[in-house]
Amino acid sequence: MSWEKHKIFETNSIILLIGILVVVSIGGIVEIAPLFWLKSTVEKVQGMRPYTPLELAGRDIYVREGCYLCHSQMIRSLRDEVERYGHYSLAAESIYDHPFQWGSKRTGPDLARVGGKYSDEWHVLHMKDPRAVVPESIMPGYPWLAERRLEAKDIAANLSTLRAIGVPYSDEMIENAAADLKAQVDPDDDGADALQQRYPKSQVRQFDNNPEFISEMDALVAYLQMLGTLVDFATFDASGPNLR
Amino acid sequence: MKSNTQAIAWGAFSDILALAAAIGCIMLGLLFAVAGRDEAIAFHGWVFAAAAAIAAVYLFKYTFESSETSDETGYFDGPVRVATIATVFWGVVGFLVGDLIAWQLAYPVLNFDLPWTSFARLRPVHTSAVIFAFGGNALLATSFYVVQRTCRARLAGRWSPWFVIWGYQLFLVLAASGYVLGVTQSKEYAEPEWYVDLWLTLVWVVYLLVFLGTLARRKEPHIYVANWFYLAFIVTVAMLHLVNNTALPVSFLGAKSYVVFGGVQDAMTQWWYGHNAVGFFLTAGFLGMMYYFVPKRAERPVYSYRLSIVHFWSLIFLYIWAGPHHLHYTALPDWAQTLGMTFSVMLWMPSWGGMINGLMTLSGAWDKLRTDPVIRMLVVSVAFYGMSTFEGPLMSVKAVNSLSHYTDWTIGHVHSGALGWVGFVSFGAVYCLVPWLWHRKGLYSQRLVEWHFWVSTLGILLYITSMWVSGILQGLMWRAYDSLGFLEYSFVETVEAMHPFYIIRAIGGLLFVIGSLLMAWNIWRTVRGDEPVDMKDQPRIAAAPELRGSSGAALPAAAE
Repeated sequence: MSWEKHKIFETNSIILLIGILVVVSIGGIVEIAPLFWLKSTVEKVQGMRPYTPLELAGRDIYVREGCYLCHSQMIRSLRDEVERYGHYSLAAESIYDHPFQWGSKRTGPDLARVGGKYSDEWHVLHMKDPRAVVPESIMPGYPWLAERRLEAKDIAANLSTLRAIGVPYSDEMIENAAADLKAQVDPDDDGADALQQRYPKSQVRQFDNNPEFISEMDALVAYLQMLGTLVDFATFDASGPNLR
Repeated sequence: MKSNTQAIAWGAFSDILALAAAIGCIMLGLLFAVAGRDEAIAFHGWVFAAAAAIAAVYLFKYTFESSETSDETGYFDGPVRVATIATVFWGVVGFLVGDLIAWQLAYPVLNFDLPWTSFARLRPVHTSAVIFAFGGNALLATSFYVVQRTCRARLAGRWSPWFVIWGYQLFLVLAASGYVLGVTQSKEYAEPEWYVDLWLTLVWVVYLLVFLGTLARRKEPHIYVANWFYLAFIVTVAMLHLVNNTALPVSFLGAKSYVVFGGVQDAMTQWWYGHNAVGFFLTAGFLGMMYYFVPKRAERPVYSYRLSIVHFWSLIFLYIWAGPHHLHYTALPDWAQTLGMTFSVMLWMPSWGGMINGLMTLSGAWDKLRTDPVIRMLVVSVAFYGMSTFEGPLMSVKAVNSLSHYTDWTIGHVHSGALGWVGFVSFGAVYCLVPWLWHRKGLYSQRLVEWHFWVSTLGILLYITSMWVSGILQGLMWRAYDSLGFLEYSFVETVEAMHPFYIIRAIGGLLFVIGSLLMAWNIWRTVRGDEPVDMKDQPRIAAAPELRGSSGAALPAAAE
């Protein structure tokens, strides 16, 4: 090989630039692009639906507070993880997650299936003062979440933004976003039934036990309590037709 | 060559253009400040408008009052000086916040139950401050310095280099203040929201243009190897930034946006970005630094020209593939995981190619390690680079990763690269640059550099050994079964077991902070022009080129 041939890159900055661009593009194209069209990437499952407005608001708080920095939402297909946390996570379970919340570190436990594992009351106490319920915990306290009114004036806009990037929110869901958000914390609300029809398996109740106003705590607990509860694993067969 | 009148006309034209841009930015900032839909974006509007107003006042005074003419024969080092000081400043800030959050993990009461001081809001402040603020300013300073010297050409642009440096500081302030206020899109190392991303894009494009423009002016026929790495870093970071941050804002005047990718595709895109933030920001750029400062300080040529060609192209080709090793055993398809692992293992070779080229440049000059702590810092950084680029491929093997992933082992690995490699090579470059840029005979104190070196090295060793132990311990505890076939430990028992190692780690971090404070003090005294206390111990190369005596390299007067 003649090393002289490399001279073309060393004497011409634009050719060097183009060479670099070509070389660094290949890996990304091969690894990322097929994920968008290979049908086997995301399993066919029953039960996935977009987040309710209240769950979405809770998820936005989860993102805002950086919970993903210590809690993963991705149970790996390893024996001990499946025994500790439940069925390994499916790609289908995060299809409506913009951005994904799989995380990279478990300073605290995985939360992919935390929904229903603890009571609302436990979550509220734990958020206000983690060491009141788990003495060895090193989690920061989040007492202000229960005191802050949930800021949700943009909730319909949030839903329609997500629709624009592919989350299947219907016109009806967007129109009723503000009403649905309110209905989810009040079982006596007239809209509660309609909410549950639009969003199957959605949980309607007073999450932070403070009926005076809808707090950030309500939203966050509503989000935590639905995590991992949507997919119907009775109809999921990992070796069947929905095998990736 | 331009005639003098043409040059003056061009200068006036660019002054007016810069002034118009600054006034435009004031208006834009005020729009966000007044009409912003949330407090964070309104606050950022005020910050943006204030920064643009300061720039406008400066430009106005410069254009209409000052008769100062720029020296077209010398180098354009003002922006390099600012970025060098910014490197030291942000380094201290980033290390301090890092050590604070390390103590928070040992003693959670230090979170103070307040939104702005909780671990998860400060952690992005730490990562952005060390990677983008400390590392980024070190890259800006050295790339602007190196490209001028190795091309024997003045930086391209009249205001553009200043815009790159100050525009980048504004990006850093917007990003960090946003995290504290809860503005984040939750993508690791790409947390800033859409409007801050757009600002960075603008700064970065100008950075690329200044760099290319300077290459185009070069008086040397060949582009020096350091510049290949700097160029690869600038271009690839632009590509990664644009793709990974593609998001749709909820409102033009609101901070919130949603990333267009979702779920598994977003995970893959994020770690393609995340791993190559390591590969191109923290590796390629800093290899550019190594290729200039190691041979310069050792006064020896680069060991192998051929090795530099082979490892440059193979490094940038292979790195891009390594992202999926962050997603082993997850819902990412197996084929992608296997590709990521394979390329990560292959990446070991070009990484060590760079290490060998850096270390062997010391051939015939190894004795300098004893007498010059600056070259020792540079060389030890290359050794740490070698160590962490061996550890990385090891951890990317699926069987190893099943144990190491989600644990502190990853944190230890990152810090052996970040503190050992990125930190030390930057410290070495700063110690070289400051006397050269401020026309000093040497550093204020070489003994303080010795102290910085040993205190920081001890800190790094405490840090990475404690994280190895805690990471492997935690990984083993998670998968331990008792004799009846049940999981032996609850999660919180593993948290409890980490406590002593978190204290050791925080002490290691504290030593690293102390080292950086010694550096800040030393740099401050050197910049101020204080007489060096141990001039006789400092090598000839420590002095600014024009103060090295007749045998110094023939360079154009670096006057300004």
